[in-house]
Amino acid sequence: MPQNPTLAWLIPVGPFVAFAIIALGAHRSRALTKVLAIASIVQAVFLSQVMFWRTVRAPGVERAALLKWYVLGTEGAGLGVYLDPTAVVMVAMVSFVCLMIFVYSIAYMRQEPRASRFFAYITLFAGAMLGAVVCDSLLVLFLFWEIMGTCSYLLIGFWWEKAPAANAALKAFLITKIGDLFLILGLVLLYTQVGSLSYAEVFSAETVARLSATPYLGGVSAATMAGLLLFGGTVGKSAQLPLHVWLPDAMEGPTPASALIHAATMVSAGVYLMVRAFPLLMVSEALPIVAAVGAATALYASVVAITQNDIKRVLAFSTISQLGYMVAAVGIGAYAAALFHLITHAFFKALLFLAAGSVIHGIEHGHQHTFGHAVPPHAASPDFSPNDMWKMGGLAFRMPLTALSYLCGSMALAGFPLITAGFWSKDEILAQAWSLDRLVFWVLVVAAALTGFYTSRQISLVFLGAPRSRAAVYARDGGGVMTTPLLVLALFAVGLGWLGIPEGFPVLGRLLPGWFSPFVSLSVPSLGAGQHALSEAHAVAWQPLALSIAFALSGLFLGWWVYARRPITGDEAQADPVQMAMNKLRLPWLYRAVQERLYIDDIYRWVVSRPAVAAATALSTMDRRVIDAPIVAFGRGFGQAGQIAPAADRLDRGLVDRIVEMMGALSRLLAQIAVRIDDGLIDGIVKTTVNASRASSGASGFFDGGFIDGVVNGIAHLTGALGRWSRKMQSGQLPDYLWNAFMIIILLAAVLVLLQRI
Amino acid sequence: MITGVPLSWYLILGAALFCVGVYGLLANRNLIIIMMSIELMLNAVVLNLVAFARFMEPARITGKAFAIIVYATAAAEAALGLALTIAIWRTEDTVTIEEIDLLQG
Repeated sequence: MPQNPTLAWLIPVGPFVAFAIIALGAHRSRALTKVLAIASIVQAVFLSQVMFWRTVRAPGVERAALLKWYVLGTEGAGLGVYLDPTAVVMVAMVSFVCLMIFVYSIAYMRQEPRASRFFAYITLFAGAMLGAVVCDSLLVLFLFWEIMGTCSYLLIGFWWEKAPAANAALKAFLITKIGDLFLILGLVLLYTQVGSLSYAEVFSAETVARLSATPYLGGVSAATMAGLLLFGGTVGKSAQLPLHVWLPDAMEGPTPASALIHAATMVSAGVYLMVRAFPLLMVSEALPIVAAVGAATALYASVVAITQNDIKRVLAFSTISQLGYMVAAVGIGAYAAALFHLITHAFFKALLFLAAGSVIHGIEHGHQHTFGHAVPPHAASPDFSPNDMWKMGGLAFRMPLTALSYLCGSMALAGFPLITAGFWSKDEILAQAWSLDRLVFWVLVVAAALTGFYTSRQISLVFLGAPRSRAAVYARDGGGVMTTPLLVLALFAVGLGWLGIPEGFPVLGRLLPGWFSPFVSLSVPSLGAGQHALSEAHAVAWQPLALSIAFALSGLFLGWWVYARRPITGDEAQADPVQMAMNKLRLPWLYRAVQERLYIDDIYRWVVSRPAVAAATALSTMDRRVIDAPIVAFGRGFGQAGQIAPAADRLDRGLVDRIVEMMGALSRLLAQIAVRIDDGLIDGIVKTTVNASRASSGASGFFDGGFIDGVVNGIAHLTGALGRWSRKMQSGQLPDYLWNAFMIIILLAAVLVLLQRI
Repeated sequence: MITGVPLSWYLILGAALFCVGVYGLLANRNLIIIMMSIELMLNAVVLNLVAFARFMEPARITGKAFAIIVYATAAAEAALGLALTIAIWRTEDTVTIEEIDLLQG
């Protein structure tokens, strides 16, 4: 089977090389940057298509250990590729969707001054995702996983001048890090238990069986523990409850980046990890938890999506909801269905994001048309948001190509029966849920109805009715570079589902026999047969099919009935019929709670952020008052000691002089009294005495002024001179210190060498 | 697996890296770049350490373990340096070292 395994590792290398060239200098030329980015991804598309078709012709697992990455004594890890049908399907999808996004970005970022930087980031991002898919061990996967985390931080915060973008970037980075912590703990656990992290060893049947039999913490098997920890990584990366809060905020990034992060690459990586780790999950007791989290996320996010007014936020919540579908599918054991939905979702969600970007672009264009070109894009007036769906309306005839592709993507998202890809993949999940876990089925099917509802709400608000702002009146389609990727993706959003039509389906099943599920099931040989039998068995079950069609269509119809039957005229969110109905039912608090995402963000703010800030403030106060205070007092004491010499001088001049003067004055007084009393009596003697005392007081005054003052002042001057001389050494300039240190080292080295010579 | 790279190559690379670091340290005025240069010098030293460990005692991981410890220390040091840089930025509004003369007597 391994015909030419060296081909596959080239897939992620192209984008990485392109990133390096761009970062090292090519970024100065925007044209060159774009050419490099596109060329690298075209190379990846080409190679992944080669790999894809080769694997389709000869299904199997292609493995190649390329080189030793590191060796630590007897332990070590290698770099290699592992291409099974799952990876091949993923890599084909990722590279193709990335190519579409790249082409679209050329048009979207035309006016952006930092476009080169953007292309560098998305190229690195694409390379990391491709690497994560083709690599052969969990350790390397983790490596690429973290590169993606960094890229998402850079891309979400791409317009970092805007405070919300910078905050959203930080939020995404930190929250996914919580998940990553679990993931790396899982890796550590697996490594200690297995001694390797390569897929072939960790997920082999023997290892998995041994892990499930190994007891770990409190009666839980090692397999369960590891499965749950790996799932922690997925919860963070794929935005599942309760770590989903970063994804809606991440919409602050440029729209192509949103498409890249939320459709093609990063969030899919979490689900991909689950699919990869399925052999391990299968034997663990973690699966019910996975299913519960996924189903709850799917329902929660689809409810919240109904109340959002920002066109991209609706898509963000629908992404969370669809990821919930996939995770739930893995949780009930239908990993092939999860992967199928992952692939179709990547296409139609990338399409939706790019089309939404086109809408935003058109609205900005209309805004500029109305208010003059002085308004730069992305820095529009604060009261104008190009994302607000209430300022749109009637765009169907103004942006026909965008509207058409958006419609395709939306219908795929809502699972419009028979003709869209989303229907087939969602139906596969629902059908499996029907036979495996009835509760999950009902939760998911309700979420499907809600998906239909918010989808047609969005279409009605954006494309139907009359324009509700002047910007919407003048909105236009972007150029061909922008619309071509949309139309290509629209084609896939509709047609891709035909790969996965269950074989038992009437008429269509016989025309286009399902190919996807059996193909992907080869990835897990140990259960391929059973899984296949399962999908055969359910294929004839018509109840889940009927229910899913009924729920999706009723959701779509209801959304149309509420939002488009009568044209909405108000251009404010208060005009939302659902909100008005809730107000009438005296449930405005419920609507608000849903709109505020059930206050989960606020709970985090109160439970995590505020206490952290309070603790930091308390520590800072403690630092200043308790730890710094004695040091500062100490320093002040030294400062005062420096004042001693002048103080001595003052003491000398003040006290000693005063005493001497007083002595002089006293003796003078005595002399005068003596003169007065004994004027004529013993004049000679007295005069002599007076003269003597005068002389002595003069001498003592001279002694004081000349000698004692001299010594004291001399010491003071000496100290001052020493200080002035030594302060020259302390210039306060860092380079001087560095040069001093450098010279001294050179000198010491020279002395050492000389000493050795002698 | 890449083999046959002699020890001296690693040492030359380490020395070259170290010199780049020293040059960056002495020639730059931006505090951040100076810190990066310090990290570069540190890495050059660690490279020597790892190379010696590889060639002298390939069966033991002592040298590599030391390298990891050095990295942990370096991370702490970098965090401290960055914190100082931020503090200086807040009080002095600059990270150009010639404009920072708080230590001047």
